[in-house]
Amino acid sequence: MPELVLQLTRAGFLALLWLFVLAALRVVRSDLYAASGLRAAVPGVFRKGTKQPAKGKTARQLVVTQGALAGTRISLDGRPILVGRADDSTLVLDDDFASTRHARLSLRGSDWYVEDLGSTNGTYLDRAKVTAPLRVPLGAPIRIGKTVIELRT
Amino acid sequence: MSLPPGVLGAATTHMNVSGQPSATPTRRGTELAMLGFVAGLVALALVVISENQTQSLNPNLLLYVGGYAVLCAGAHFAVRKFAPYADPLILPCAALLNGLSIAMLYRLDPVLALRAFNNGDSYSNAAPKQLIWTAVSLVVMTLTLWLVKDHRTLARYGYTFGLAGLFLLVLPGVLPCSISCAGGAKLWIILGPVSIQPGEFAKVLIIVFVAAFLVSKRDLFTIAGRKVLGLELPRLRDTGPLLIAWAVAIVVLMIEKELGASLMFFGTVLVMVYLATERSAWIWIGVVLFIGGATVAYKLFTHVQTRVTNWVDPFADAQNDGFQMVQSLFSLGSGGVAGSGWGAGHPELVPVIQSDFIVAAFGEELGFIGLAAMLLVYMLLAMRGLRSGLAVRDTFGKLLAGGLAFLLLWQVFVVVGGISKLIPQTGLTAPFLSAGGSSLIASYIMVALLLRISDAARRPQATRPKPQAPIAEANTVLVERPS
Repeated sequence: MPELVLQLTRAGFLALLWLFVLAALRVVRSDLYAASGLRAAVPGVFRKGTKQPAKGKTARQLVVTQGALAGTRISLDGRPILVGRADDSTLVLDDDFASTRHARLSLRGSDWYVEDLGSTNGTYLDRAKVTAPLRVPLGAPIRIGKTVIELRT
Repeated sequence: MSLPPGVLGAATTHMNVSGQPSATPTRRGTELAMLGFVAGLVALALVVISENQTQSLNPNLLLYVGGYAVLCAGAHFAVRKFAPYADPLILPCAALLNGLSIAMLYRLDPVLALRAFNNGDSYSNAAPKQLIWTAVSLVVMTLTLWLVKDHRTLARYGYTFGLAGLFLLVLPGVLPCSISCAGGAKLWIILGPVSIQPGEFAKVLIIVFVAAFLVSKRDLFTIAGRKVLGLELPRLRDTGPLLIAWAVAIVVLMIEKELGASLMFFGTVLVMVYLATERSAWIWIGVVLFIGGATVAYKLFTHVQTRVTNWVDPFADAQNDGFQMVQSLFSLGSGGVAGSGWGAGHPELVPVIQSDFIVAAFGEELGFIGLAAMLLVYMLLAMRGLRSGLAVRDTFGKLLAGGLAFLLLWQVFVVVGGISKLIPQTGLTAPFLSAGGSSLIASYIMVALLLRISDAARRPQATRPKPQAPIAEANTVLVERPS
């Protein structure tokens, strides 16, 4: 083998060996973010198609903005909030247009979701009727009968 | 009114709604790509060697390149089947070191055969044997993955493994010298053409035992004793297990005339005790015990004295006792920074270059640049092991992964330190690199255990209990009507 080719293969092999090390380090780096599954919500990485709440702010309280209970605040501690006329609801509504168990707000990850529990008159998030669990952005009005509630920080 | 639909809805839509990925990526594709890279790298090395040595492409090259690629693919599919969520780097790193070892043996075979012929000795080629041993090791790895479905089951057989390990460790020492002596140490069981080094398997078994033992007796080691010089020393009676490990190490050193095995054994036990207790006092106790043991060994055994003399000044007796050490230093020195290139150096001048001193051959032919990359690959392998240990949820798995990863690095340190005269030379093999079946099989068993633990660490839990309070216990807040 000519001397030149020998020198080229000698340098080339070492370069490829180091390329392997660098590729391995790349895998290590990508693993830092993807390993635990809990790290899916990396700051700055927004999911497509959903409106994001203000950065770093999670809802701390639920405020009734319209209806007979207007002004009522409920502090959120991560447990689900049940809304309806039933006595054991978290927010007990005295409202003829609300069902006994009307809607539920629950925390998943860092977001609150509203779901309709099969009410007669329906639950509305903003202007959309809630048919499947929907993520509730901060400040978006949820209409239940004559009552309107929203999440605040 | 209608509670059930809501509850059902919550249960079924949970994964879709939460926005988190419902399936953890298995990363087997990454592993396959890395393995392909490794196979290409090894193929390149073999081609360059063949060109440099014979100025032509040897037809048996195809056997090595193809055989190695097939083995890589087989290992990949075994992992895909038995440990789908395993770490994607562990297998490629091991495969790279193993492949480079086959290439180096392929390079050394002609010159070693020629020398043996000139001396009137017989020599059987090491590269084909190493390829076969690789196949056997990968089968053993697959079997380990298949048998050990959950690494925690190993903890149940802790004492059995411990006894078996101790038995294997001491066995060559008590066997008659005719079937256990080779190269001045009693480490082997030689049965006809096959020679086994049971110590290689013993170390894995003993790590499993120590991990199981420490998990069951963990409290014992953390009871604080007196405080001396800012160190909380454990009570004297709690140091029993460590003292026993020390005594075993000394006995092994005495009957087998071999530093390496006892150094591996004692160091690994010490570090695992430290991992389990997080108390630095254990390290200091261990260091004191080591210094005591080393001094006693130096005073009593001539073979230890020889090793130390060679370490202090190998050139004092460069033609006899120091010959191997001196040749190894010359080999590394002539390699320099960039190395001589595959097949262009003379590593065959170092005695037992194909097993204990193979790292010197890599140092000569690939130079500092190449050897540094290989050491980094070792480090990556150990790092992935430690990471799996951090991520796995059970204590036994953590200790086992930590112990295995440390053992790998410790062995590399002792071997590379030995051939480069940083520490006295021992008779240990470089994991994955040295020619020899026992070392390779034991190394792949360690890889299988690390793969199993990393699989357990990354596998999504089948049923994650959702902390959701029943409605009856839901937080009720007093609501007051505004006036």
